[in-house]
Amino acid sequence: MKTENQRAWFFVLPVLLLVAFNALVPIMTVVNYSVQETFGNNVFFWQGLDWFEQILRSDRFQAALGRQFLFTFLILIIEIPLGIIIALSMPKKGMWVPVCLVLMALPMLIPWNVVGAMWNIFTLPKIGLLGYFMNDVLGISYDMTQNPFAAWVTIIVMDVWHWTSLVVLLSYAGLVSIPDAYYQAAKIDGASPWKVFRYIQLPKMKTVLTIAILLRFMDSFNIYTEPFVLTGGGPGNSTTLLSIDLVKIALGQFDLGPAAAMSLIYFAITLLVSWLFYTLMTKDDAK
Amino acid sequence: MTIELKAAVKEIRGITHIKPTSLVLETGHFNVLLGQTGSGKTSLIKLMAGLDPLASGEVWMDGQNVSKLSTQKRNISLVHQFFVNYPQMTVFDNIASPLRVAGMAKSEIQGRVEEAADILQLRPMLNRRPQELSGGQQQRCALARAIAKESRAVFLDEPLANLDYKLREELREQLPELFAGRGAVVVYATSEPEEALLLGGKTALMDDGVVTQFGRTAEIYRRPDNLTAARVFSDPPINAARMSKAGTTATLDTGASWTVSGSAADLPDGSYTLAIRPHHVTPVPAGTDYVKLSGKVLVTELSGSESSAHFELGRDGWVSLAHGVHPYEVGEAHDFYMDASQAFYFSEDGRLVA
Repeated sequence: MKTENQRAWFFVLPVLLLVAFNALVPIMTVVNYSVQETFGNNVFFWQGLDWFEQILRSDRFQAALGRQFLFTFLILIIEIPLGIIIALSMPKKGMWVPVCLVLMALPMLIPWNVVGAMWNIFTLPKIGLLGYFMNDVLGISYDMTQNPFAAWVTIIVMDVWHWTSLVVLLSYAGLVSIPDAYYQAAKIDGASPWKVFRYIQLPKMKTVLTIAILLRFMDSFNIYTEPFVLTGGGPGNSTTLLSIDLVKIALGQFDLGPAAAMSLIYFAITLLVSWLFYTLMTKDDAK
Repeated sequence: MTIELKAAVKEIRGITHIKPTSLVLETGHFNVLLGQTGSGKTSLIKLMAGLDPLASGEVWMDGQNVSKLSTQKRNISLVHQFFVNYPQMTVFDNIASPLRVAGMAKSEIQGRVEEAADILQLRPMLNRRPQELSGGQQQRCALARAIAKESRAVFLDEPLANLDYKLREELREQLPELFAGRGAVVVYATSEPEEALLLGGKTALMDDGVVTQFGRTAEIYRRPDNLTAARVFSDPPINAARMSKAGTTATLDTGASWTVSGSAADLPDGSYTLAIRPHHVTPVPAGTDYVKLSGKVLVTELSGSESSAHFELGRDGWVSLAHGVHPYEVGEAHDFYMDASQAFYFSEDGRLVA
């Protein structure tokens, strides 16, 4: 006879508690704020979905969202191909492998705010090496504190410098796991280097590339520290990405309700786009 | 068609993988490279295929020196132990890929692919991707590519090693007829003596980067001309023991002795190595001239209709392989009987003398 009891719950309980405290409870707090208005002293007024509507309709949010998508799009379109190219040109064996790997891992080991500060000093006109070189040696006007275009170029280049290594390392892991037999088969067929890439290397890297794209999307879409330290969202609002704007609303203006609503919208967009990426990229395997 | 190796040597970073090897492989039968893992079978194939450079020596195909020719220009096919197919392409495209690279007309490609697919029963799977196929079908796809290409030489590098038992037997039976009458030189590498015997043709025994013996498979099996060859071409491993001969009496170190007959009787007195295949050592004597041996049973195995027993004979480990089920007690001494007329006698330096 089959024994039935409720013992299984005891095994699930620890996980349930952990998830509750690190995800559900914080999120519910945010949900709680997002539908109410407060003037301090723990006095709350029911607000319904007003904040959501207000945020979604506001020009300020739409502009920040636009900048956010542009930023993420640009860094993905640069970092993914660049990462693959670097991984392809790295040695597969020999004494240079560890050297390359360490060099690649180095930028990722630097704390985010240090990266921001480094690039800030590096690019300042007169003081910074790059700033001085551009303005006074090459004679190209370059000042990311004044010129929005220069500010954008700087945050993009900074992110590419900081995170392309992740794509490189993941792609490299995918590449070295391809057995020699595949390359031999291609050699016997007389396949061109492009065909080797298209039909052997790319398919074999697909899984790690999916992970790389997802990670880079999520990280870049939620980026805060580096551009905040580098440009503070300026000049003007030109590099105010979603997270920077969110912090301005929540901590600068202390509008907890709108900030909470914005957080949830932000979260939903990240989730939705990640899901879209994942579904599209793994579509073939599910067949 | 022929492939000829002339004192071919392969070295990688100062380490010799293939010592000077000369060999003539012909079409019309399977050329089996038999040797244990690491004996140089794959290295030799890569040399012939042009995947690795020669350190010295030459490779000839059909009377043409191809030593400097690239792999692609040698017009060969290679089927690996792993199922190597292009993952993104359909089975059809996989089989057609070398033909497309060669710039063949579409209609001809269609015909060749369909013919190869029919031979290997892949017709219903032509539009599927390799990962949707079973292991056996994936390997058949790789074989179909080799057949459709109609290359001068086909190298099969342990193609059945990763298949399960049933599929392996099935495909092994089909292999000789697949390549019969196609004119290509077929080279088949394996570590299993049984496969060499089943596929027939000629066999090259390999050990430590050297071909130790080459000739008709059955002849090599009957007369391995050195102890290493005998060891390679026996599964379970051949039994060997030191033996001394005085007059017509042969004596093992353990004391067992018998009267030698036949060609062995003409050997000068002295010490030799006796080697005998496991199925000539049985727990029940089948004749009066069988030599009785006694040893402690270490391990016993029962495989279908045969049972094997590993036992200690002096300092050597011996194996007996016999039909039927026998009541061995592990750890206990047991009597075995050797058919001395089937034994090989090797001189001290390992050459077959009788």
